[in-house]
Amino acid sequence: MPTLWGYSISAARSIDYDKNDPLFRRWLAIASPSSQLCIGCGGCTAACSAGNLTEFNIRRLQMLVKRGESRETAEQLHKCMLCGKCLLVCPRGVDTRQMILSMKRFLREHDQ
Amino acid sequence: MYYDPFVLPFTIGLTALLLFLIIKYIRWIRTFRKSERRKIRKGIFSLKTLRSIGEIFSECLLHRKIYRTNPFLGYMHTCFGLGWFLLIVAGKTESMVYHTSAVNPPYFAIFFRFFHPAKETFPYSNTFAFITDLLLLFILSGLFLALAKRLWSRIVGMRKTTKHRPLDLLILTTLWLIFPLRFLAESFTSGLRGGGSFLTNNAGEFFARFLPLEQLTYPAWWAYSGVLGLFFILLPFSRYMHIPTEIVYIFLKNWGIKQGTKFNAFSEIQMYACSRCGICIDSCQLNSSLGMDTQPVYFLKKIRHQKEYGHLIENCLLCGRCEASCPVGLTHNALRLAKRPDLSRITKNTYSYAKNAAAPAKMAYFAGCMGQLTPAVTRSMEQLFKQAGVSYTFIDKEGGVCCGRPMLLAGNREEAAVMAEKNRAILKASGAEVLVTSCPICLKMFREEYGLQIRIVHHTEYIDELIREGKLKTVPSEQRTVFHNPCELGRGSGIYQAPENILKSISRKIDTAFDGKKSLCCGGSLANTSIDGKQRNRIAGDAAKAYAAYKPDVLVTACPLCKKTFATASDIPVKDIAEVVAERCRP
Repeated sequence: MPTLWGYSISAARSIDYDKNDPLFRRWLAIASPSSQLCIGCGGCTAACSAGNLTEFNIRRLQMLVKRGESRETAEQLHKCMLCGKCLLVCPRGVDTRQMILSMKRFLREHDQ
Repeated sequence: MYYDPFVLPFTIGLTALLLFLIIKYIRWIRTFRKSERRKIRKGIFSLKTLRSIGEIFSECLLHRKIYRTNPFLGYMHTCFGLGWFLLIVAGKTESMVYHTSAVNPPYFAIFFRFFHPAKETFPYSNTFAFITDLLLLFILSGLFLALAKRLWSRIVGMRKTTKHRPLDLLILTTLWLIFPLRFLAESFTSGLRGGGSFLTNNAGEFFARFLPLEQLTYPAWWAYSGVLGLFFILLPFSRYMHIPTEIVYIFLKNWGIKQGTKFNAFSEIQMYACSRCGICIDSCQLNSSLGMDTQPVYFLKKIRHQKEYGHLIENCLLCGRCEASCPVGLTHNALRLAKRPDLSRITKNTYSYAKNAAAPAKMAYFAGCMGQLTPAVTRSMEQLFKQAGVSYTFIDKEGGVCCGRPMLLAGNREEAAVMAEKNRAILKASGAEVLVTSCPICLKMFREEYGLQIRIVHHTEYIDELIREGKLKTVPSEQRTVFHNPCELGRGSGIYQAPENILKSISRKIDTAFDGKKSLCCGGSLANTSIDGKQRNRIAGDAAKAYAAYKPDVLVTACPLCKKTFATASDIPVKDIAEVVAERCRP
């Protein structure tokens, strides 16, 4: 269908809501409601202290959660220093620190 | 032998209470670490003990700190604390003079007017009667204020008072009944057979006109003894446990025991020492701006009575305003932090991306993450360094590792320690002897958690020194400034004088009600992960409005996070102190 309309899908960026494990996504929506306000602008990632030195990308974290890739999320989360710069630049008022702490809590509760 | 069965409720209550307290305190102190118990042993026979006794007199009896909140509130507490204490001392002295012996049972002094035949005089008997009557009147006047406070708390300067449990209200009633009953018992006795002084004697004559004192006197003494006994029995289960525990806390604190990172026996002692006076409620901006009941009084109350308190652990700005206003001097920030769980997961890859190189120089400048977000601040600092001709190395110019405090405030001490290790290596590589930070959050972290042997100053202190040494030439202006002292700079690190000196020398600084320890929190604090952006903005807006009432041309702060938070909430321009100085510097 998408190709019919001249679109293509990048597998690296797609979120297949039918096949992905929804557990993490649903849990985060409750534990951190403001995370649902994200429009993916990437301001957080541009300001990020950790992102300045390494391949750390908060926007990508959101996508990984939606894809249910908790193992990869856990590896990435190690890099966050929780400094809170992202919080100050977010135009949507996503409580990014609380979101990351919630992710950490989920992974801890699910042994990852 | 002076004895009557009515003294039993009092005697049994007092004995049970003393036994309970001794067992409780010994059990707590036995769980202390060895090093802490050594501190206690060393402290007992030192000047620290004398200092503690002085503090106990001024805080547990006089309640000196409460006078800062409101003179009436202070007077009310003095009436109960000092009044009751002096009444006991005066009564005991009187009984010893009469009995001509130091040993007599405690109840003899308490119920002296019952046992002493009024006709019989002894040295200074009239003076004693006068003093005890005066003290009783003193306490009753405090009781009157306490009643008024229940009806209308503003009369003693409190907007809000603590919501108490039913049991606490019951014991409050018991406490309130003690002194009126003593007054009645002594008055009735005086009306029946004389004695007493201006208060009980006149009241006795008055009551004798229309009351059958023959039948009432003895039950009145029973009632007085009964409520005393009941009060002693209920004390350990109520907030009045603070009376003995505050004394223990003051001794331990002065002997050098500190609240550590764990919620331990010392934390419990602090928890029991909380009197639930509720002064922290008015000081907390989460209450004044958002109407939340998350203050230490409720936090500690919930922990003590095993109620669900999980949601309160994170809901605190750790701004320290409650700590500054607490009359007991409890370390509320450390207590709250001790309850935050450490969820760190360390692997060898944790923060492995951090570089650890820096150009060598005598002085290192660390802007911090928040400093990086406010280029106007770092630019001003670099300008000032150049104008003062100091050589420096900007160790996180190209972005660096966070100081670790935000991570620590979230409870994750281990991860914070890894970050500290990285920054220590960077500092070592630079060979700096002085570290200047632009962010007070970093400052507190570097000073308290890094164990560095070099001098660590905030840029307000450094600029103040440069101006006083004549290295920076400033031109004064007529600009009206108000200073917002950031939580971590003022209450957190004790820096009050440096910003005052700077602003007074370059502008017309307006004094506000929020100077010094009373400064507000901007609401941006990273310590609170419970409130959302809108709620933060409301706190920031209220704080900005409070400052705006003084009509300054510019609101000056000294923290990049405060500046960022106020930027969207304040109608008045917000600047960092470094920017203001840079503008007023002759090149």
